[in-house]
Amino acid sequence: MLTKRIIACMDVRDGQVVKGVQFQQLRHAGDPGELAQRYNVEGIDEVVVLDITATLESRQALARTINAVARQIFLPLTVGGGIRSEEDAAAAVDAGADKVSLNTAALRDPDLITTLARRYGSQAVIVAIDAKRRDDGFAVYVRSGTSDAARDAVEWAREAESRGAGEILLTSMDRDGTRSGFDCEMTAAVANAVNIPVIASGGAGGLDHFADVFTRGHADAALAASIFHYADTSVAELKRYLRDKNIPVRL
Amino acid sequence: MIALIDYGAGNLTSVRKALTSLGAEFATPASPSECGRFSALIVPGVGNFAATGALVGPWREAIGSAVRSGTPLFGICLGMQWLFEGSDEAPEVPGLGVLPGRVVRLEGNAEERLKIPHVGWNTLTAPSGPERSALQAVRGPTGSAPQEKGSALLETGLQGRILAGLAPGAHVYFTHSYAAPVTADCVAETRHADTFSAVVERGNVFGVQFHPEKSSETGLQIIRNFLEVTRGC
Repeated sequence: MLTKRIIACMDVRDGQVVKGVQFQQLRHAGDPGELAQRYNVEGIDEVVVLDITATLESRQALARTINAVARQIFLPLTVGGGIRSEEDAAAAVDAGADKVSLNTAALRDPDLITTLARRYGSQAVIVAIDAKRRDDGFAVYVRSGTSDAARDAVEWAREAESRGAGEILLTSMDRDGTRSGFDCEMTAAVANAVNIPVIASGGAGGLDHFADVFTRGHADAALAASIFHYADTSVAELKRYLRDKNIPVRL
Repeated sequence: MIALIDYGAGNLTSVRKALTSLGAEFATPASPSECGRFSALIVPGVGNFAATGALVGPWREAIGSAVRSGTPLFGICLGMQWLFEGSDEAPEVPGLGVLPGRVVRLEGNAEERLKIPHVGWNTLTAPSGPERSALQAVRGPTGSAPQEKGSALLETGLQGRILAGLAPGAHVYFTHSYAAPVTADCVAETRHADTFSAVVERGNVFGVQFHPEKSSETGLQIIRNFLEVTRGC
């Protein structure tokens, strides 16, 4: 039986893992290679490296980070943050990424989804959607959550799928860094609208939040950062908890 | 020395890193004529079956010839699918055809929320026999069964040299929309909405539908098992 995936996200700046609250107030959380190795031992299913600065200088640092992580763990590795072109994606893949995550660039240039899906396969293309609740739905934001894209998350997820995306990484900006739980309603709305896997992100705080997003939210995978970084919650403990709730996990 | 065949279907970085970490010696042959010089072959690959069209012709002949002379061959994901006669994903492209059967598209199941592509960690189990496999109806002729097959049906453990040291229920990482049916060459199957061949083995030909290079310790063990096979050759 296909298991629900637990994914650890590392927001990386200048080769170091950092984590903010609601996309701001960054603090340091460690070396990416060391963290990835710890997660691997604990049984993480997948690792995402997000380059949160994405300047030219940080590009080279990012390649070194990807390389360091990919050398240490034999797990699916996704790289995102500032991937704007086929060349950016190729650099990430060449450094050891199995999947690339597109956000702002996918909205600005949706053909990029198709181009990368043709070159690397749909399984290698994740479209990341940052969204906030609104009265009439879920509003998509771009540029690290600073700019309203004037799109609805459900409608955009459908389009991304039709253009060749292999997975959707859906982040609730309202919940990000708050540890108040995933936005299950928004996750379910998107998961019910597409046939590709949906990764829920933003708001993980307690073990019950994961159980909620896998059941009520119909998520295929759940992503968290800070609760794993600071060892508040171990991946192994989380998985045993989910298994006891009859949610299939890899143990 | 192992030949890692690069035909442009996806990225080989991960496979290279895994082989390196296990201390394997490998190289990427530049032309088909070099294939005969290697003690084993690995055909990796992700993406559309059409990509294996790059192997049609001299590569297919060289790899087929190496296999006929007993050189171990390990197909990963698309590389495993290529071992069969062909795939519905690109019907015009012939597979290597060393395993009987044809690769077909997986079905999802909306009621059980089983999506296609099949992405994530799923379990390996011993083949359960024809009655359970939804893909059986469309499988090709099965040919003669390998000798160890008889006992595999009676036991609950995983059979096959490629699965040495692994127990049923081991998790591996999949990402695919097409798969081979459960045939006589299947040594481990996996169930999504359909049940399909996750691992095949026939003589010195091995294939896995998942990505051992992305399947943590279980995956490394499988690659190690293949390296062990090649040591005897």
